[in-house]
Amino acid sequence: MSAHEDHSLEEGHMEGSLRDYVIGFVLSVILTAVPFWLVMARPLASDGLTALAIVGFAAVQIVVHMIFFLHMNGKSEGGWTMMALIFTVIIVAIMLTGSLWVMYHLNHNMMPMPHDMSQMP
Amino acid sequence: MSATILKGSVDADEPVSFYDLDEHEHPEGHSTMLGFWIYLMSDCLIFAILFACYAVLGGNLAAGPGPKDLFDLPLVALNTAMLLFSSITYGFAMLMMQRGRMVHTQFWLGVTGLFGAAFLAIELYEFQHLIHLGAVPQRSAFLSAFFTLVGTHGLHVTFGLVWLVTLMIQIGRTGLIQANRRRLMCLSLFWHFLDVIWIGVFTFVYLMGMLR
Repeated sequence: MSAHEDHSLEEGHMEGSLRDYVIGFVLSVILTAVPFWLVMARPLASDGLTALAIVGFAAVQIVVHMIFFLHMNGKSEGGWTMMALIFTVIIVAIMLTGSLWVMYHLNHNMMPMPHDMSQMP
Repeated sequence: MSATILKGSVDADEPVSFYDLDEHEHPEGHSTMLGFWIYLMSDCLIFAILFACYAVLGGNLAAGPGPKDLFDLPLVALNTAMLLFSSITYGFAMLMMQRGRMVHTQFWLGVTGLFGAAFLAIELYEFQHLIHLGAVPQRSAFLSAFFTLVGTHGLHVTFGLVWLVTLMIQIGRTGLIQANRRRLMCLSLFWHFLDVIWIGVFTFVYLMGMLR
C-alpha cells in the first residue's frame, strides 16, 4: 500500500472508488433512459418542452460523467485541469452560439432572393 | 552544471541569481496526466466544431431523407447502453489496477473491449443500413454533417480499441508497472471522454432529430 501512496501524486485526479463508479453508472442509466423515453413515448405535449428537457438531462449527465468517471475536481494537478476545462467550455460556448447566431441570420437575410440576382454583376 | 559555473564567477558571499538555473526534479511522467487532459480539451474543440456544423447544416435535407426517415431509436439506445457498460467496466479495470490485481485488470479491460467492439459493430451496421437506403454522405448537407460527426466519434472509439488491445499486450508482457499504470489512466480519461461526447451525439443528433 505504501508503494501505492508514493504514486498518489501522479495519479492525481484519477483516484476513483467503487462507490463513485456505481453512483455514476446508476445516474447515467437514469439520465439516459429518461430522455429516450421522453422522445419515444412523447409524454410531454409540446416538442419544444421535450427538447428543453432532453438538453437539460444531457447537461446533467455530462456533469455526472465529469465528476464520477473523469474524477474532476478543483484540486487535481493544482487546479489546472479545471482551468483547462473552464477555458474549453468558454471557447466552445462562444464558438457554438456564435456559429448558430451568424448562420441563422445569414440564412434569414439571404432567404428572399431577388429574381434578377443572377443578372447582377 | 551551468549553475555552478555561474556561482563560481560571481562573489561567493552574495549568490546573485536573476533566474533559476537549477534543474527542477522531473520524475518520469509527472505531467503526463495534465498534458493528456489538455489534449482531450483540444479534441473537445474538434467535436464542438463538428457539432456546430451539424447544427447549422442539419436542416438542409436537399429534398433527401431526414432524421425521422432514417434514425432507429431502439438501435441507438442499444448503442448507448454498450458505451455506458464499457465505461463502468473500464472503471472496474481501474479499481483492479489500483489494487494491483493484474489478471482482474486484464479481464475487465477485455470486457470493455468487447463492449466497445459491440458499439462499433452496431454503428457500422447502422451506417451500412443508411448507405443501403441511399442516404450516403454526399446526398445532402445534413447527411454529410451527420456522417462526419458520428464517424469521427466512431473513429475515436476505433483508435481507443487499438490502444486498449496494445495496453493489454503490454500489461501481459511487463505487468502493472508504473508506465503501464500511467497509460491505463490516460486511456481511462480518453474512454470516458468519448462517452461524454456520445451524450452530445445521442441528444443533439438522434433525439433532437426525431423532434425536429
